Order: sequence, then C-alpha cells, then structure tokens
Amino acid sequence: MSEQATRSVDHSQSPRPVPYRGGGFRPVHIRGVGIATFVILIAVIEWGTRAGWISNLTLPRPSDVLGTFGDLWQTGLLWAHLLPSLSRLIIGAAMGVSAGIAVGVLIGLFSVIRAGLVPLVAALFPIPKIALLPLFVIWFGIDEGSKYALIALGTFTPTVVSTYGAVDNVDRTLIRMGQSFSLSWWSIVRKIVLPGALPGILSGLRVSIAIGIILLVAAEMLGAQYGIGAYILEAGSLYDLERLFAGVVILSALGVLTSAGIAWIERRLLNWRV
Amino acid sequence: MELRLDAVSHRYGDVEVLSDINLTIPEGRIVCIVGPSGCGKSTLLRFLGGLEVPDSGAVLQQGPLPPGCLNPLTYVFQDFALLPWRSVTGNIQLVLEDRDLSRSETRAIIDDVLARTRLTDFRDALPKQLSGGMKQRVAIARALAVTPAVMLMDEPLSALDSQTRELLMDDLITLWERAPFTAVYVTHNLAEAVRLGHQIVVLSRRPGAIREIVEIDTPLADRLMGDPALEAHQARLWQIMRDEAAAADAELADV
Repeated sequence: MSEQATRSVDHSQSPRPVPYRGGGFRPVHIRGVGIATFVILIAVIEWGTRAGWISNLTLPRPSDVLGTFGDLWQTGLLWAHLLPSLSRLIIGAAMGVSAGIAVGVLIGLFSVIRAGLVPLVAALFPIPKIALLPLFVIWFGIDEGSKYALIALGTFTPTVVSTYGAVDNVDRTLIRMGQSFSLSWWSIVRKIVLPGALPGILSGLRVSIAIGIILLVAAEMLGAQYGIGAYILEAGSLYDLERLFAGVVILSALGVLTSAGIAWIERRLLNWRV
Repeated sequence: MELRLDAVSHRYGDVEVLSDINLTIPEGRIVCIVGPSGCGKSTLLRFLGGLEVPDSGAVLQQGPLPPGCLNPLTYVFQDFALLPWRSVTGNIQLVLEDRDLSRSETRAIIDDVLARTRLTDFRDALPKQLSGGMKQRVAIARALAVTPAVMLMDEPLSALDSQTRELLMDDLITLWERAPFTAVYVTHNLAEAVRLGHQIVVLSRRPGAIREIVEIDTPLADRLMGDPALEAHQARLWQIMRDEAAAADAELADV
C-alpha cells in the first residue's frame, strides 16, 4: 500500500515519456506473406496425406496433383482444354464487358435511359444465368454461341451496375468547371466523365471477370468436349481427385492472373490517384 | 467589359435567397462580395457566369471583349477543380483544346501563363504532387489562359492555410498590377476583401440584399498587412456583418 503511494508520488514528479497509443488500422504492403500462406497450406496437406491423418479420399496429395499437371502438360491435353476455355472466356467477357460499359455510361449520362434500363438490369441481375443455358442453346446453337452468350450476359449486368455507379460518382465540380470554360458536351464526356469513371469501372471488372470464369465452367460442364469445365466434370464423375484438383488449380490461377492483369492496368492508367 | 445585375431576385423553393440586387461590376476593378454564410453570394456568382438563371431580373454584359478573349466569364473555384489525371500543362491545355488554336499558339499561351504564375518548373507535375497553394495557382493560370473579360472567383483562397493565402494575395495583386483584370471575388474573409477589393459589397442574409457598398481608394500595391486604414475598414465591415453572421451561425441547417 505505502509502496504504491510512493510510486505514484514519483510519477507525478519525475518526467516520463507519454505512452504511445496511435498506430494500426492502416493496411501496409507486406511482401511474401501471400505466397507463404499458399506454401504452408500445401506443405501441411502434403505432410498430412503422407503421414496418413488426411485420408486419400478426403484430399489428394499435392505432389500427385503436380504429377497429374505434368502429365497434362506432356500429353498436350492442358492446351487442348485450356485454349477453348480461354477463347470462350475472352470472347464472351469482351462482348459482355464492352456492352456493359457502353450501357452503363449511357445510363449515367441520360436520365431517360436510366429510368428505362435500371429496373431491367435490376431484374436481370439476380437471375442465375446458368438457368437460361437451355434457352441459349436454342437461340444460339449448342456450340460456342450459347457459351459466349452465357458469359456475355453474366458479365454484362455487373459491369452495367458498376459503370453507371462510377459515372454517378464523377466529381460534379469538375463537370461544372468544364461547363464554365464552355467545353463541348462531348469534350466533357470524353475528357472529364470517362477518365473520372475509370477507377470504378476497373474495380467492377474484377467482379465481372470472376463471374465470367464461374459461368465458363458451368457452361462447359453442361455441354463441351474440351475445356476446363468439361475436364473437371469428367474427373469428378470418376472421383479422380488428382485431376479434379488439377483443374481447380488452373481455375484459381486464371482468377489470380486476371486480377493481377487488372491491377497492372490500374497501375498504368490510374497513377494519378492519390 | 462591364457586368451588370439588374433587379435580380431568386428563391429556392420557399426560401427567398436574393432580393432585388442591382450591381455594376466596372471594368478593370476587383469587386469583393462579402456576407454571412447563406446570404446567396455563391448563387450570385453562378448567375454572373451563366451557370444558373435567376427567377427574375437580368444579368447583362456590356462593352467590347478584351483582344484574344476565349472565354469571357471564367471561374476560379474554391476547390481548384483540377483534373487529377492531367499534368499542370494538361489542365491548362484542356480549356484551349476546344478552340481553333494551332499547336504553336496553344504552346505560347501555356508558356505565357505558366511564366506569369511562376509555375514553369512544375509544368509536368500531377495535381497530387502539388500543395494547395500551387494547385490554386494552376487554376489561376488556367483562368488566365482563356484571357477572360471577368474573373469570377468563388472563395478561391478559403481552402488554403493563412500563410499560403497571404502569398497568393500578393500573387494576385502582382498579376493585377501588371495587367489589370476585372474580377468578382466572393469571400467570407474580410481581410481578403480589404486587401483585394476596390469595391466591397456587403450582403445581408435571407433574403440576400445589398446592405452597403464600401469603396477603398488605396491602390492595391500600397495595401500592406497591418495598414491602419485597412484595419479600420475591416472593423467597420465586421460591425455591419456581425449580428447577421451570429444569426447565420445559430441557424439549424435544413438541407
């Protein structure tokens, strides 16, 4: 008791540093942790499957998946499956995204179009597009056409929503500035609205393309001889876990690659951001 | 060119914001408009530049445009309104792109205004690299590039710290001394008004009407900080505005 009292007296007399209470709550870039997470996770699974506390029916051994991957590469089957998938994704997503950006910008610029199309887009958005695949098969044929249409429609709606949101968020004072200098309407759209909306459009693209990949696999599962989706479906029905996981890894890699691609574009085009 | 407001009145819904404003902006002079917040001074400025139309009354321009004038009524905004994705040069170039100017004419104009605002060394910088004072100097350079007949300045220094504000006021005075321009300068800062205004228009609030017009004869270049005559003007303006500013402050926002 008395000791505590003397200590508190000490505190009030001798200078002491102000305790630090700030810091934290700010994301910082840390290199290598992302890769380390993958490495540790895979190492644990490898160890578990070898030691036996993960059964072969639960998870395949990562080294076996790698072996399957090597086979795929050597037999040339990897490209036989990957190339049709990539072309479907690129063509379908390009159609959907470009139409989506165009419609989104129109909604952002013209109130009549907004009033007409926003409810329609809201009605289209929640429909699981896979449910429409039989319809698309009749409309666009059993071949590539229906797959393009599915991916295009799937990427279209989220692109529209993110694009008109991005146009709405363009700083109005900049538009007012353009008008005060008597810039033409078209100049204002091209030089102020579109560049101002670009960050929002690009972040919407991340979501749209991920949805595109999901729909690609779904479409290929329902009717394709070659393609990552067909490959996964076949492996799944044979309960060939190594091949199933090889397919899934390819899809993840595709997702990581597109995300990295968009990040690269953002770094190039949006270096003006604070 | 001269600008004239002729019996201008305006209401937003039920609120009468401006009532029977008659005011002439003479050529070659800086007219400061001061008043408590909510007195409609920014609205008045939007009328003067044609960004908004009053309910009644007329906004008139009279007299010849200065030679080479590309955009007679040109704003300088409080928040600079620079395109963040364009460099200093690009931002100035923006307002010259829609005109029939050759590439060499454009370059000559940009070089000239950059030199006048002492920004030549920063021509390739992006807005995010510049301080607030520099950004406003870019905005002023951009306004000068179109050789305006009247500069409409909407609290141009309010977003800046007081030291930067002093520096920019000196810059504006130097610019005016070298080539007298016509300007309407809206501010709530009375120190700015007495430093820069040849004429100071005091608005009352709700509805905004002209309370008083104060003329200051001291040439701009001779108005130094701490000049007793200016301080007397400032004190008097504050006397006129004080009660209304207090009322404006005590009011609940109904936006």
